[in-house]
Amino acid sequence: MLKRFWPWFWFLVGAAYFLVPLYATFDFSLRARRGELSFAAYTSVLNDVRFVESFMFSLQTALATIVISALVIVPTAYWVQLRLPRLRPVIEFFTLLPFVVPAVVLVFSLARTYSRTPLTDSREGLWVLLVGSYVILSFPYMYRAVDTGLRSINIHDLTEAAQSLGAGWFTILTRVIFPNVYVALLSGAFITFAIVMGEFTIAALLAQPAFGPYMNRLASSKVYEPSALAIISFALTWAAIAAIQWFGQGTQARVAGPR
Amino acid sequence: MAPLTQTKTNQPTVTRRSLSWTWVGVAPFFLFVAAFLIWPTLSIIGQSFLDQERRLTLQNILELGRPFIVSSYVYSVQLSAVTAIGGGLLGGLLAYAITIGGLPRPLRDAVLSFSGVASNFAGVPLAFAFIATLGQLGVVTQWLRSIGISLYPAFSLYSFWGLCIVYIYFQIPLMVLIMAPAFEGMRREWREAAESLGANGWQYWRYVGLPILLPSILGTTVLLFGNAFGAHATAFQLTGGGSQGNVVTILIGAQISSDALANPGLGNALALGMIVIMGVSIGLYTWLQRLSARWLQS
Repeated sequence: MLKRFWPWFWFLVGAAYFLVPLYATFDFSLRARRGELSFAAYTSVLNDVRFVESFMFSLQTALATIVISALVIVPTAYWVQLRLPRLRPVIEFFTLLPFVVPAVVLVFSLARTYSRTPLTDSREGLWVLLVGSYVILSFPYMYRAVDTGLRSINIHDLTEAAQSLGAGWFTILTRVIFPNVYVALLSGAFITFAIVMGEFTIAALLAQPAFGPYMNRLASSKVYEPSALAIISFALTWAAIAAIQWFGQGTQARVAGPR
Repeated sequence: MAPLTQTKTNQPTVTRRSLSWTWVGVAPFFLFVAAFLIWPTLSIIGQSFLDQERRLTLQNILELGRPFIVSSYVYSVQLSAVTAIGGGLLGGLLAYAITIGGLPRPLRDAVLSFSGVASNFAGVPLAFAFIATLGQLGVVTQWLRSIGISLYPAFSLYSFWGLCIVYIYFQIPLMVLIMAPAFEGMRREWREAAESLGANGWQYWRYVGLPILLPSILGTTVLLFGNAFGAHATAFQLTGGGSQGNVVTILIGAQISSDALANPGLGNALALGMIVIMGVSIGLYTWLQRLSARWLQS
């Protein structure tokens, strides 16, 4: 019995650390009406026009990020495995760089480097910078997911078979490679989705009407709504992670997130 | 740029071994990384050694010695170190409990998948969660008050230790996710061998278990340090981004959104300092991971 005491003890300590704030947030979010428990804070958040607008903005940004990231990463990972295996460590190094360069430094250098160019002087330009930085943030997850996915299929045989049937590179990529790495791509896409939806630093410093800055502003005007939003955000993250695990290779869901 | 990316898809045959065509295949990736990561980063590093007339200078680096900069670096380093050690310790013990600690398997899976979610649950919503828990009106604060313990004003969520408690929330799951496989790599035979030689539990851990795990533990702790050091959103939400902008990331953020510091070179130097500290942490992490991989192999 004593042998199992410490594992249980540390498990309970950990569980308390994780669950008490979540419980407290949920409890707090239900107290918008004095003296009773209600979902008033949730309805108030969900009916807020700015909530819907910022949420849709971040949703579009996330989708754009995922599409661009997939378009860049899939051909690259494919080409590296097929033709340039020596380049793999180099690509891996570059996809890991976002961990070394913190988001705040990345957005600072982007804003400084491209200042007084159309990229920072127009609304559209700033959005391009935003999506560009998110694509960079997505690379570690996308590349690893797609690379693992490609390894599990024999791309050399598939490519040769397609070529012997007369397929060009475009056809091979769109009709052979993409469908085969679809599942791996999805798991990379969900983690990217989770990151972009909650990201605050880059969006705020580029003055974009995204979901993260909206959450931040809400805190200064409301008391109970922020905790309702925290619960919604937690559920959203959970859904994204559950989707990754559902689509296999759940271990991809590691180091992540806007801090 | 555009023609380069298009020619790749129209490239006709496998047999043509021309080097240039082969490289065109990875050109989009490198162009993207160059435009949005490498060039901006290099340009910031370069600019930290230039003055406003673009002459070489060390002035910006020397500016880092100003008292409020030094104190913010010290504050960030302390915050990162405390949360890396605290989160590493708790996360390590939790990882131990669910792997070789012998807890039921469903519990292990639950903790691992929850850790996946919790390590992503950071930034603004995490700050909200802790305001609802330990803020002035927080549930735990009020509960403690009802049994006669008042946290405020002795404690504040917006103080150093308050930030530590919040940061540890995203540090623990990261430690769990990385350390759980390391614990699982420990072989049962090692323990049996130690026991057959008469070692008790404490001696096994002191002379066998910990030495084997030490590089992974240290490596992951270093990673947690970098993780906390780069964090911005959580601290921004909790400190309001200005009133006690002690964290380095907040200082850098302020450089973009305002001219409060009115010194363009300083922002570059601050960013350079962060990149150096993050680079050293990641380098140390990689080195310690390799070390432990070699130990586990032999």
